[in-house]
Amino acid sequence: MSKILEFVKKLEPKKGTFVHTLYDGFFTFLFTPDEVTHGGTHIKDGMDLKRTMMMVVIALLPAYLFGIYNIGHQHFIALGAHTGFLDGFHLKFLFGLGKLLPIFIVTNVVGLGIEFYYAFKKGHGIEEGFLVTGALIPLIMPPDLPIWILVLAVAFATWIGKEAFGGTGMNIWNIALLARVFVFFAYPTTISGDEVWVSGIASTQSGAMAEYGIWHDACNWLFGLFGADTFNEAATVVDGYTGATPLILAYQGGWDAVTHVYSEAQMWWGTIPGSIGETSKPLIILGALFLIATGIASWRIMVSMVFGAAIMSLLLNAWDATPFMSVPWYYHFYMGSFFFAMAFMATDPVTASSTNRGKWIYGFLIGFIGIIVRVLNPAYPEGWMLAILLLNTFAPLIDHYVIQGNISKRLKRA
Amino acid sequence: MLIRFRKIIISVFVFSILPSSFLLAQSGSSALFSTGLLLVAAIIIIMAIYLVSENLLGIEAHQIGKGGEPSGTGSFFGKIKGVKVPKYVNGHFTKLTKGHNILLKGAPTDDVVEVKATTFAIQPKNFNGMSPIPKVVVNEGDEVLAGQELFFDKKRPEIKYMSPVSGEVMSIKRGEKRAITEVVILADKVQKYREIPAIDLDKVSRDNLVQFLLDCGGWTMIRQRPYDIIAEHNVVPDNIFISTFDTAPLAPNPAVLIKGQENHFQTGVKLLSKLTNGRVHIGLDANGESAPPSVFVNVADAEKHWFAGPHPSGNVGVQIHHTKPISSKDQVWILGIQEVLTLGKLINDRKYDVSRIVAVGGQVLSHPRHVRTKLGAKLNDILDGQGIKEDDRIISGDVLSGKAKLQDGFLNYFDDQISVIPEGKEFELFGWLLPLKMRPSISRTFPGFLFKEMQYSVNTNTHGEGRAFVMTGQYEDMLPMNIYPQHLMKAILTKDFEKMEGLGILELSEEDVALCEFACTSKQPLQHILRSGLEIMQEQG
Repeated sequence: MSKILEFVKKLEPKKGTFVHTLYDGFFTFLFTPDEVTHGGTHIKDGMDLKRTMMMVVIALLPAYLFGIYNIGHQHFIALGAHTGFLDGFHLKFLFGLGKLLPIFIVTNVVGLGIEFYYAFKKGHGIEEGFLVTGALIPLIMPPDLPIWILVLAVAFATWIGKEAFGGTGMNIWNIALLARVFVFFAYPTTISGDEVWVSGIASTQSGAMAEYGIWHDACNWLFGLFGADTFNEAATVVDGYTGATPLILAYQGGWDAVTHVYSEAQMWWGTIPGSIGETSKPLIILGALFLIATGIASWRIMVSMVFGAAIMSLLLNAWDATPFMSVPWYYHFYMGSFFFAMAFMATDPVTASSTNRGKWIYGFLIGFIGIIVRVLNPAYPEGWMLAILLLNTFAPLIDHYVIQGNISKRLKRA
Repeated sequence: MLIRFRKIIISVFVFSILPSSFLLAQSGSSALFSTGLLLVAAIIIIMAIYLVSENLLGIEAHQIGKGGEPSGTGSFFGKIKGVKVPKYVNGHFTKLTKGHNILLKGAPTDDVVEVKATTFAIQPKNFNGMSPIPKVVVNEGDEVLAGQELFFDKKRPEIKYMSPVSGEVMSIKRGEKRAITEVVILADKVQKYREIPAIDLDKVSRDNLVQFLLDCGGWTMIRQRPYDIIAEHNVVPDNIFISTFDTAPLAPNPAVLIKGQENHFQTGVKLLSKLTNGRVHIGLDANGESAPPSVFVNVADAEKHWFAGPHPSGNVGVQIHHTKPISSKDQVWILGIQEVLTLGKLINDRKYDVSRIVAVGGQVLSHPRHVRTKLGAKLNDILDGQGIKEDDRIISGDVLSGKAKLQDGFLNYFDDQISVIPEGKEFELFGWLLPLKMRPSISRTFPGFLFKEMQYSVNTNTHGEGRAFVMTGQYEDMLPMNIYPQHLMKAILTKDFEKMEGLGILELSEEDVALCEFACTSKQPLQHILRSGLEIMQEQG
């Protein structure tokens, strides 16, 4: 180990340069610094922010793997080829990878670039906040999002959403969701409607051509060597295909319209169109359980969010004015990105309420308002992004009242 | 009690309604999946029933155990699991579930060894709020008796700080800005004590007793909360608190401290009971398999309170919070076991005898044990022959709230513990992700949480860099008080006095937030922040 250390130490550039900030950032990833305690406690917990963030990334991994595969799977469903889930495994995986990699790389290059620049400007070490943000953003984007829009969105979120407030731990709104909401308001057609959730096809009209490029040619050449299935350049979208997500269908015709296209098992396991990482409920719940078991994310927020959503959908069931309102309350958990928002978005400790009692209220209101937006908003049938950003705004207020309660209790005693 | 039932109802609701909802939703889809969910639901419901019944038993046991409302400061599961009251508990019982025990290697054995310490020092810096240059009334080279005045604080000249031993004033050391750091005494081989008048505790008036303590040095054994300063002589405290156990890592064993000195403890408590309008409150340890030493349990003139739970349940601040919480107008006094013994000896032996039994612990020591010495002894003398190396850190106090000392430093005034751990000035490859050595942590991302009894080797590495506050709820889990530490810290940083007071800064001392500081993911210096807040509060009056 000391040899690696010596070697890495030799590479150290001059202090005070941008390159040194970069070096320092990577160095602290490779080695925990030799800093010792002074003044306060003499020993410190082994936990630090890097490890915390990495645990979230680990919790996201199942969603990543499934997301990559599902991009390919949905693409071939639209084309009517390899319709079995495991058929054409290599094609689906590589197709998905070809879509996800650019998104992932661009997100992280842009986001980390801004982060590094500000770390250099302010003269502090590179903070690891973007580790999770950079892992979350690709999962909440549609697979065909134009890269330049992604660049703008990530830059906006990191710049205005985070650095303007002072960096990691200071932001008011969830940065990943800020990137998404930027796309949503600035370029709505790229992130809503029927067309955007399935990638690699010109449109969802039947007869539309599949869009393949150099990546796929290269893959075809490789698969040709082994005599495996290849991407079919002449493939077209099959008759009767819509690409609509369950939520759009539910908005149009209630639960019957949804089950007409997708089975419950499909929705539960996630072999449906949607944002890259949101579809597979069991894998996201697995991640959520991991975060709860390790104590990283607040189970209070998750549990109360489930309650909030359940109660609001029950109320809407009782009202029963539109087909969407009559969708049984428990089916709301099958559609859209409820679990992803619950496990990874609402629980962001920086933007959520910081008191335990506040967390109950915060999570409940997200669930409650999210369903309202989902069911009652004609423009966009999904509510979690807007509900979480709204409650991010109100989280300090919730905390304020919880803390005032504590204060007045103490004053009463005096 | 109501709160507990509400929690039970909520938990049952969560555990039963949720899985069944998914079951409902799944009817019609794959049979295997439904069966799996059914199984999970069944397990969860059984668990819920088990927890509820446990809890009801706990409540019943609690009612038998006479105590008041168990202070609900535990985790969700802690609360619904209920409270087990040890058999020997015979009074007010509080179960604290928040906090964390840090078990370290090198815990002191119960052996007590006499060490030959030759130099002793009183360090003005040990006393919070004292002006940096106290008035020293002796000169270098003067002969002093044990219990003779060395210096006083110009702000409070009535309170005299006494020499712990008889001998020659070796040096009066000064630090930055001529602040006096140490008044060092070279001890005589045979100790000579200052004459102390006899006093009859049954007849003496409070005023005379206060004057007696001020004159003969007993006063400086008494500290005041809030602010953790030497008690004010012109104030009558609302209550006096004595914690008879210490839950900090490598803490001394109270049974060892008190052995053979039981009568002095009783006399000390009796003396203290004359000084307050309220009561003397004794915090008793309900964590052990057997009862604590009978002198604590049976002491007269005091009210007893039992506490069970991990560190910091032995901190007097935590015990005060759960007995008679301090408000802005209150003042309470606190003492450690050995300070009470010193007061007892003033009456019984008519001597200013500041003998101390000090726990010496840490993984690097060849003989972790208890040693008998006197207040302010030189660390070198105490640690002689323990095999301490250059790069070890010597701490007067425990590893969480103690102060780092050089080898030629002295034991701090109120400390009954010395910890020695190695420095951790080393880089560690992927130390944040895949540490090679086990380390204590409150985080369940380390496998250590599965082995509750595991003892750790530690060093002083920070295991990560300082960051802004990111994680929430962490401090609350480490402090068994109804306080929001993170919001309090932010209030201190922004100098918001009203909020600081409202959020309970007056109830806290550094040792109470030390565990939060240990656990902090962002490595924030909480004890330092708290002390700066307390100083501001004190200045503002």
